Amino acid sequence: MNEAVVWMIIGMGIVTYIPRILPLLMLSTENWPSWLRRMLARVPYAVLGALIFPGIIFAYDAVWYGLLGGAAAFLIAYTGAPLIAVVAGTILLLTGINLMM
Amino acid sequence: METAAYMEKDDSLRRGLTAGLSIAFGYMPVAITFGLLAGSTGLTVFEAVLMSMVVFAGAAQYMALSMLAIGAGMVEIVLATFIVNFRHLLMSASIQERAEPSSKKFRALFGFFLTDEVFAVSSVKQPPISGNYILGVGLSAYSSWVGFTAAGFYTGALLPGVLQESMGIALYALFIALLVPSIKEEGRPVVVLALLGGSFHWLYQLFLDTGWAIMSATITAVIVYELVDVRRRKKR
Repeated sequence: MNEAVVWMIIGMGIVTYIPRILPLLMLSTENWPSWLRRMLARVPYAVLGALIFPGIIFAYDAVWYGLLGGAAAFLIAYTGAPLIAVVAGTILLLTGINLMM
Repeated sequence: METAAYMEKDDSLRRGLTAGLSIAFGYMPVAITFGLLAGSTGLTVFEAVLMSMVVFAGAAQYMALSMLAIGAGMVEIVLATFIVNFRHLLMSASIQERAEPSSKKFRALFGFFLTDEVFAVSSVKQPPISGNYILGVGLSAYSSWVGFTAAGFYTGALLPGVLQESMGIALYALFIALLVPSIKEEGRPVVVLALLGGSFHWLYQLFLDTGWAIMSATITAVIVYELVDVRRRKKR
């Protein structure tokens, strides 16, 4: 057990908990400007994009390897497969290619 | 009378628990994957389960893993968590408008469980929504999330080495899998936002630490999108 990691987890818990309860305890968002509400709603997509790029390109020594994995994940996810199937399928595909080379 | 009121309360908790089973089922693979990846990122089972118990936020927890893996600072991770989870402010506000009046203590309790999914299931109910119902939905989802984090951690140890090497792609596959349903549903805006986020991250990481780069990229992306969107709508 790493003490610094435990403190990090407690910090993550606090900053997650506060936005979840603050409005419940004291706020009405009726007065909020609509542009701010729109921007907040779009945060998850922008975050996901930032988490994928450019990391996926530099995840392996060979650029195409990560991109191939990304393309595979996209196609599997597009079929409507559950999350675990997308992740497992992508891992298995890359493992297979790894073994062949 | 008192007994009747008590029984009614009890019943909405039970109905909440049942409704929450759909989320519990949906969380199962995500939590197993989280536990598994936490192990391969170098967290102990105690740390992985503690994170699921204390934070209870899928995207932020996955993000913390990927940031730990690339050596990001702990303060950056906490701040990035704040940015990612700030959106719950709106959901909490929407619940607040439609929930049955209850004590502040009780709202502080069920508010802990307000993930996107718990919010979605709870908020489709006709108002006033019972606090006990939200608590029930939350507890179902939470049990699954925490329990399967531990389960996933131990199944991860059974994996052979070749497979582990390919697992570097897992987080990226997961993020893509989280995006695709939204792309199918809402189309262009989601793609544009993700591309903006990715492009600004690419730019910022040249001169910023990863955590700050992700946050700055996210904020820039939503601001740029809003500005362009407003201009486009004015032109019409």
